[in-house]
Amino acid sequence: MSPSASAPTPAPAPTTASASPASAIRRRLSATAVAGALALAPFVLGPYAIGTLSRILVFALLVLSVNLLTGLTGLPTLGQSAYFGVGAYTAAITATRITDIGPLQLLIAAGVSALVAVPTGWLAVRARGVVFLMLTLAIGEIAYSAAVNWKSLTNGTDGMSGIPPVVPLPGMPALELDGLVYFYVLAVFLLLFAAVSRLGSTSFALALRGIRDNEPRMRAIGYPTQRYALTAYCGAGALAGAAGALWVSVQRFVSPGDAGFEIAALALLAVVIGGSGSMRGACAGAALVWLTRDYLGNLEVVSGRGPLLLGLLFVIAVYALPRGLAGVRIPHRLTRKRTA
Amino acid sequence: MSGWLDGNFVSVIDGVAFGLLLFTIAVGLSLVFGMMDVLNLAHGTLYLAGAYVAYALSDGTLTGLLLALLAGALVGTLGGAALTFLTQPLAHRGHLDQAVLTLGITFIVADLLAAAFGGDVLPTDPPTALRGTVGLLGHAYPVYRLVFIAVAAGLALLVYLVFERSSLGALVRATVADRDMVRALGVDVRKVLYGVFASGAALAAVGGVLGAPILGPGPGVDETVLVLSLVVVVVGGLGSVRGALAGALLIGQVQTLGVALLPEYAPFLLFGTMLLVLVLRPHGLVASAVRA
Repeated sequence: MSPSASAPTPAPAPTTASASPASAIRRRLSATAVAGALALAPFVLGPYAIGTLSRILVFALLVLSVNLLTGLTGLPTLGQSAYFGVGAYTAAITATRITDIGPLQLLIAAGVSALVAVPTGWLAVRARGVVFLMLTLAIGEIAYSAAVNWKSLTNGTDGMSGIPPVVPLPGMPALELDGLVYFYVLAVFLLLFAAVSRLGSTSFALALRGIRDNEPRMRAIGYPTQRYALTAYCGAGALAGAAGALWVSVQRFVSPGDAGFEIAALALLAVVIGGSGSMRGACAGAALVWLTRDYLGNLEVVSGRGPLLLGLLFVIAVYALPRGLAGVRIPHRLTRKRTA
Repeated sequence: MSGWLDGNFVSVIDGVAFGLLLFTIAVGLSLVFGMMDVLNLAHGTLYLAGAYVAYALSDGTLTGLLLALLAGALVGTLGGAALTFLTQPLAHRGHLDQAVLTLGITFIVADLLAAAFGGDVLPTDPPTALRGTVGLLGHAYPVYRLVFIAVAAGLALLVYLVFERSSLGALVRATVADRDMVRALGVDVRKVLYGVFASGAALAAVGGVLGAPILGPGPGVDETVLVLSLVVVVVGGLGSVRGALAGALLIGQVQTLGVALLPEYAPFLLFGTMLLVLVLRPHGLVASAVRA
């Protein structure tokens, strides 16, 4: 009954582990199809839709970062916006003062975010469950108020504008057009997605799952669970920072809102909707959440009521999509094989 | 009196006022989570609703304030009951579901309130009779804040007496410790849950009414209040009235003295305090007797 109870929970639904060679092939085929469709999108869709798609891909990376913690390690976080924001501001400063080469901005942003994640994560992973959620929420909020108040670095609530367009590789021209930026975003997204899914089949990821499902047992058999959790936290921070850098390449603008509570809440929602632990589910959740916020909210009938719709989406998702919750504190009846 | 305290006297008393405000809000969050195991991230929204009630009903008279207090308590009670009803079906599905549900409610209510009251922070004045300042050890201090300190201290005492010194409080703590045993004694456990949740919510909304002249209603205030109360609860220790009081008074000082003395680092002081407390006392300043 204790709030951070780590009562033994039943094994989670199968998530990334494939059951049969046939399903593995089908998985690979559908992944190729999705990547192909994403690559062809700019030739079919208009500029607004492509801009939206770029933002969805960036947001999906942030959601993957939340998924690493919440879905894989069982640490519900409401603070990844902090590292997203640190990455975004770092990239913005790098772009205006040091270099306009995108991959360098990404690396620097991811590195700085990981560094910031060390002390903050050290504090957060002392707790589990709701206390962890509370701590990360506070971390996110402090990052937000730092972005507002540290004016000499962040330009306060006005945000940083005039960020030069990103150069994908040394010697290439700067990407001025939205469609070209999209290709850069897509390339980074696919690369990082592949890297994270490669990580999913390592013994490290298995240990994280073990921590999620039964930490006392993991500790008993000799795993330094605290260190594992902190490593996962820093990795997730780096990924969120990379997403932040990419965000700046798309927007060429950054403001405290990008490090705000709403972003963190949306990312957690996307993970929950997508089904914790599943990377593709997380990306689908990211797309659904972002479209609800951006697209539906701008429709004539409900103009400006985006937050209301999002709130309803949260509420409906919790009651109607319990299976989307595979992986985090799930009772027995939910562990049936997922059909999605 | 002279020296450091004299120079920062107003900040310190402001910190006491702010700390008591935080206590009034956070104690409900602490009890509902710490005792009833329900996570309510819509807690800041209850404050916001109370603050808007104060704005709508404040007409400069004491009657207006009293009316707002009653209305705020009613809004909070109903809100708390509704939240209990909505979170009940999720009780066995874990905290993440409760978090997502209550966040959704936050978004919905915040949007409706913004539609009704607009997107600006609305200045809410205290009643005419309580405006102005009085001399306090050689410093001019706003009357309203002194009255607020008195009222909030009274509320804190009341909450303490009810939860830690009355048979009703004993019943609540017994329910937390062993639900089945209490049920076997013929008590409707659901009623206890509704009661705790509704009174916690009512306190948050009353905090909103009283706090409106200090931290006025506007978009984003719900979030600020939620984060501050979560920090108070984490620092103070979950599920304990004394912990909530200790945490609230500490955070109140950090927020007001910190802004006065180290404005540059104010955003990090909150985090630093939390860090320090959690390193020294991982379960908060006062570990709950029941749930430790």
